[in-house]
Amino acid sequence: MEVIRSQKRTPSNDTVSNPKIPLYLTAPQMEVRLEEFELFAIDRLRVLKGVSDGLARGRNPKEMDDLVDTLWKEHMRDPDASVMLNKDIISHFVLRLVYCRSDELKKWFLSMETALFRHRFRLQNFEAQRAIVGEFGLPYKAVTGAELEGLKERLGQVVRSLGQISPTVEAVYYKVPFEEVPDLVASRRVLIQKGFAFVAGSQLVSLVVTQFRSHISKALILTNRKWTTTIREREKDRLTPIVEALSTSYLGPDYSQSTEYAEISLKDIDQVAKSSFPLCMRHLFEKVREDHHLKHGGRMQLGLFLKGVGLKLDDALAFWRAEFTKKVGSERFDKEYAYSIRHNYGKEGKRTDYTPYACQKIILSAPGAGDHHGCPYRHFSEDNLRAALGRMGLSSRGMEGVMDQVRNKHYQLACTMTFEAVYGTSCDAGINHPNQYFEESQKILKSKTPPAPV
Amino acid sequence: MIREEIESREDEKMIDAAQMNNPEPEECFNVNYLRIYYGGNLFPYSDIHKWLSYGHDGKHPGCDEYYFGRREFSFTLENDVYLRYKSFKNASSMEDAIKSNFPYKIDIGAVYSVDPDKRHAYSQTGTNVFTPVERELVFDIDITDYDDVRYCCSGADVCSKCWPLITVAIKVIHTSLTEDFGFKHILWVFSGRRGVHCWVCDPKARRMTNEQRSAVAEYFRVYKGNENNARKVALMGYSLHPFLARSYVDYLKGFFEGELQATQSIFSTKDKYEKILAMISDEDIQSELRGKWENSARSSLSEEAISLVRWEQLKNTLQSKKHKAPTLRMCVEEIVFTFTYPRIDLEVSKQMNHLLKAPFCVHPKTGRVCVPIDPNNCDEFDPLAVPTLSQLIEEINSGGSRMDVDDDEDSDTSLLAKSIKFFRSSFLEPLLKSCKEEIESSYKTKIGKSKDSFSW
Repeated sequence: MEVIRSQKRTPSNDTVSNPKIPLYLTAPQMEVRLEEFELFAIDRLRVLKGVSDGLARGRNPKEMDDLVDTLWKEHMRDPDASVMLNKDIISHFVLRLVYCRSDELKKWFLSMETALFRHRFRLQNFEAQRAIVGEFGLPYKAVTGAELEGLKERLGQVVRSLGQISPTVEAVYYKVPFEEVPDLVASRRVLIQKGFAFVAGSQLVSLVVTQFRSHISKALILTNRKWTTTIREREKDRLTPIVEALSTSYLGPDYSQSTEYAEISLKDIDQVAKSSFPLCMRHLFEKVREDHHLKHGGRMQLGLFLKGVGLKLDDALAFWRAEFTKKVGSERFDKEYAYSIRHNYGKEGKRTDYTPYACQKIILSAPGAGDHHGCPYRHFSEDNLRAALGRMGLSSRGMEGVMDQVRNKHYQLACTMTFEAVYGTSCDAGINHPNQYFEESQKILKSKTPPAPV
Repeated sequence: MIREEIESREDEKMIDAAQMNNPEPEECFNVNYLRIYYGGNLFPYSDIHKWLSYGHDGKHPGCDEYYFGRREFSFTLENDVYLRYKSFKNASSMEDAIKSNFPYKIDIGAVYSVDPDKRHAYSQTGTNVFTPVERELVFDIDITDYDDVRYCCSGADVCSKCWPLITVAIKVIHTSLTEDFGFKHILWVFSGRRGVHCWVCDPKARRMTNEQRSAVAEYFRVYKGNENNARKVALMGYSLHPFLARSYVDYLKGFFEGELQATQSIFSTKDKYEKILAMISDEDIQSELRGKWENSARSSLSEEAISLVRWEQLKNTLQSKKHKAPTLRMCVEEIVFTFTYPRIDLEVSKQMNHLLKAPFCVHPKTGRVCVPIDPNNCDEFDPLAVPTLSQLIEEINSGGSRMDVDDDEDSDTSLLAKSIKFFRSSFLEPLLKSCKEEIESSYKTKIGKSKDSFSW
């Protein structure tokens, strides 16, 4: 894949075989515009995050099929089929670069791409599915003739055991080593004999998904190697910054412009912190008040959040100054800290107006000794987290649900449950940005009388 | 040095023999006996080594001479001291380590990518290169998992009335492993007290991933009981999967209606039959049967006979009413499965790095040796007749057998010799033959490939 500056794109030759779902077996030989490199990846990322969300909410397979259909149409569709296919392929390979770089990223990408593939496959008709199986070059033959006859009765039993009252055996069965279809074996959805599973045409999805996952898993390892040895350095001025930004890219509202609900003034800040800040920001805020200091990570996370919440630059400077000067003195504050606060608001240097961090970025941060940033659901010990939740007003019953999510590493769901417990309302959208938590909280507080204690 | 130790132990043994004229039944295990067991040639060091080398004995150019050294062992010593990640270059270093530690328990783990005791040297790069590469597919069946369906014992006890549950489990699982999965090299071992372990040693099995192991374990899983559900087996659909159907017809049904009724009489008292009635998801049918049984005054019949009569009544009632609801369709089978179908410990099977007790260890609570069980004759196995440490020691003291069991004489009837012979002839020898064939053929393939690559 060759990434080029804005130029007319030459038509791709990759659509020769034109299977409906590409298998991403080899990197495409085509030219890609630099803008497309990033934009295509972002669109695919929206699809993958939608899939992730659907799985986290426990959608059943049929619901996931529909969800994937909707997501794909919304973000990846193009009236020109070959353009759509190119976007599919390019975006996948770009995201491979992005997500090969750590075990956590790899695991996420592998799960989501596999789920995406599974449901796209299920949406195809049987002929298209057969074609895709063929694309994998699997050596499995269809079972025919006398062998099939001999198995018919037991194949019928399998069909009946799965809830179909009449034992209609399908026309085509594949004889496959049982290791290739672990999920069918586990749920006893296939006949197994002498180490071989007899997979019905309608069950092909299991077979191909296992192959797909295995292939992508290996590919990610190779891609990582290539990235660390050559690509990252070679592309450090062009693709690398884009790649590095993509993995933490958050795709919701960026809260860089605060809304009417969210303007806060200095005099209200303590009260608002208690009533509407999510746990991560409450903790940082309490620490600033307590220690009159915060290290860099904490200053960024809290500072940008406050900006998103509606704290004006002058008020922000006043806030930080009031606290820090208790420890470091006024001169040092002006020299060392004021500049970076103004920098965050886009008044210095590059004048980039930095956006507040989303949950994903906060969760992935790595607070060290003396740090207080990061996500408490991830980074606090169980005891500390329980104490902090208690101070937020959670009952011990409410806490158990939250702790359960934490144990399963669903940190955002834990925060969502905390929100729901504190405000006595459900939050279907799920919390994925601290400023979202703040805004939703303010909405609730302003629209009703103070909620009863939880 | 070792010779002297053995000689001084000979003296200890003689003293013990005097004490043994009045043997205490409880004293089947003590540390001194253990030292004799491991110190002499009772424990089959070289057989275990041959097994776990899987043919890599260095005699063929295709052998991996470091294979055995990458296997993890763990020792549990007196006072519950636990030593993990032990590995041994060869049979004699394994033997030396056991003879200097006299572990209460020896566990066998996986074969790793590098020597377990050198694993830290490789963890610098960040990518985890210390990972399991081979491990037998293993199963663990423990009678305590059947406590809700056995009335003769509970907890750690086992007797001739409930052991047949394990026997039937062996038959069901073994048949499936060979018929369904096509495995050939399977070792069943008594766990020493109240269960069995199964080691599937085919190369294909040893290379299975955790996901595949989990799939096989789930394939075998039927019982989903806990204290919160009364209906612990739910068989949906219109028929049983062929594996379950075969198990039912060939083993479970007969066992339930025959031996189980005789030993457990599962309908004979109200407590017992209420438990079964709770598995029927229709209140009317429950009441109908309860009515029949509550008031029946058949005190002239034996418990077993009463049970059988009630079972027939239940079957007939359900047969006529099974169309009332989908959950009644296979209620009879569900009841049979609840009582008789194997209950394996899923966690043991699912992960490659799970450690499992080695065959021929001695169980510290019972003193019994973990001997192999013949799956084709498992009806004859009696857990209460397995040789104990003290019996072995007594046998030595009374000069009943030489300590050296390497003789081929059939007249060697020492307690352990039979087990070791069985281990060798029905498991080890066929396994090693097949391993050597595999090493040979993959070596030939490799040579063939590199020959081709020179032809440019």
